[in-house]
Amino acid sequence: MNPHSILRVVSKFLIPFIAVFAFYVQFHGDFGPGGGFQAGVILAASVILYALIFGLDAAKKAVPPSWVRIGMMIGVLLYGGTGVATWMLGGEFLNYGVFTPDHPSHGQHYGILLVELGVLFAVASVMLAIFYAFGSRQAELSDEDW
Amino acid sequence: MSPTIILDIGLITMLLVIAFAIIRMRSLFAVVMLQGVYSLVCAAWFVTLDAVDVAFTEAAVGAGVSTVLMLAAMLLADRESKEVSLRRQIAPIIIVVMTGLALFYAIGDMPLYGDANSPVNSHVGADYLKLTEKDIHIPNVVTAVLASYRGFDTFGETVVIFAAGLGVLLLLGLNGNAGKWRAKPNGVRVGRSPAPAARLKAGASVIAPDAMPKPKAKVAPKKPRGRPRKTAAKKTTTNKKA
Repeated sequence: MNPHSILRVVSKFLIPFIAVFAFYVQFHGDFGPGGGFQAGVILAASVILYALIFGLDAAKKAVPPSWVRIGMMIGVLLYGGTGVATWMLGGEFLNYGVFTPDHPSHGQHYGILLVELGVLFAVASVMLAIFYAFGSRQAELSDEDW
Repeated sequence: MSPTIILDIGLITMLLVIAFAIIRMRSLFAVVMLQGVYSLVCAAWFVTLDAVDVAFTEAAVGAGVSTVLMLAAMLLADRESKEVSLRRQIAPIIIVVMTGLALFYAIGDMPLYGDANSPVNSHVGADYLKLTEKDIHIPNVVTAVLASYRGFDTFGETVVIFAAGLGVLLLLGLNGNAGKWRAKPNGVRVGRSPAPAARLKAGASVIAPDAMPKPKAKVAPKKPRGRPRKTAAKKTTTNKKA
């Protein structure tokens, strides 16, 4: 019998909401407080909470370390790639207006969306990577440490 | 006095009390938890200063993730910090007092809170506030400045975060160096457990300090379970490549 039934039930109930909240923060960043950094940290926190309650191995099964490694690179490449794309379209680096020359403000929206998505990938993956790296180095918590 | 000023003073008093508690505490677990509380109170204070985005980040990063990372790091070290002799406390306290005095001296040069003519509110900040509505059509100026006007800086920040993650991965590896790292107190290799050096300070014969008998018991069975799983995972990936 597991001694942490309440923690398990409550966190199992909460983790999907935390993850969805991360995406709300991500895509609502234009209108309210939030953005890629905060959303990335919240998304990573939902996985870290899962790892704390159900163990690191379960979390690594849910979000494999290879995803984390790839996610870090996707984030930076997405951000840099947006800049290169604006270059290719004839604008300055990260001048999103060139995406839609007729409506520069629309281009700004697309650019901000892409860039924030890159930040989300990078931040969430790096936070998870650091947690995995530290968390894998020690024995599991004994019950007295809780 | 307006109510927000009273709230500010109350929150800053709480911060001071928590800071002193952190300094005085010996239990590292309590210190890490109090650091989380400190970040949370900080976040509340940022909200009263109308810096909602900063408060959001502080609550998520400071109170959430960094507390967990500190906990993970703490588990590799002792659970209690040692007493520091008074002689070794003199130099730090001089530095802290001097820095504090310098900061108090600098208060006179600071603009008043909410001053419309302060450098933050007058030059480029005012332009951002005016132009965001026209250029980008989004209500949150912070996002506009972060992602568009200051896109270069944010790119730099993202690369810094990437570099931090890369550094940790190069030093530790995603699987904790894949279990290859072994503590060698006094150059003697102790057991097969991946326990860190701090836990093994007693020497070769006595592996676990009497303070923590449990982790040792847990480490031994964990190792064989972890090993085959890892090799199995490696095999599958090589199979996929082949």
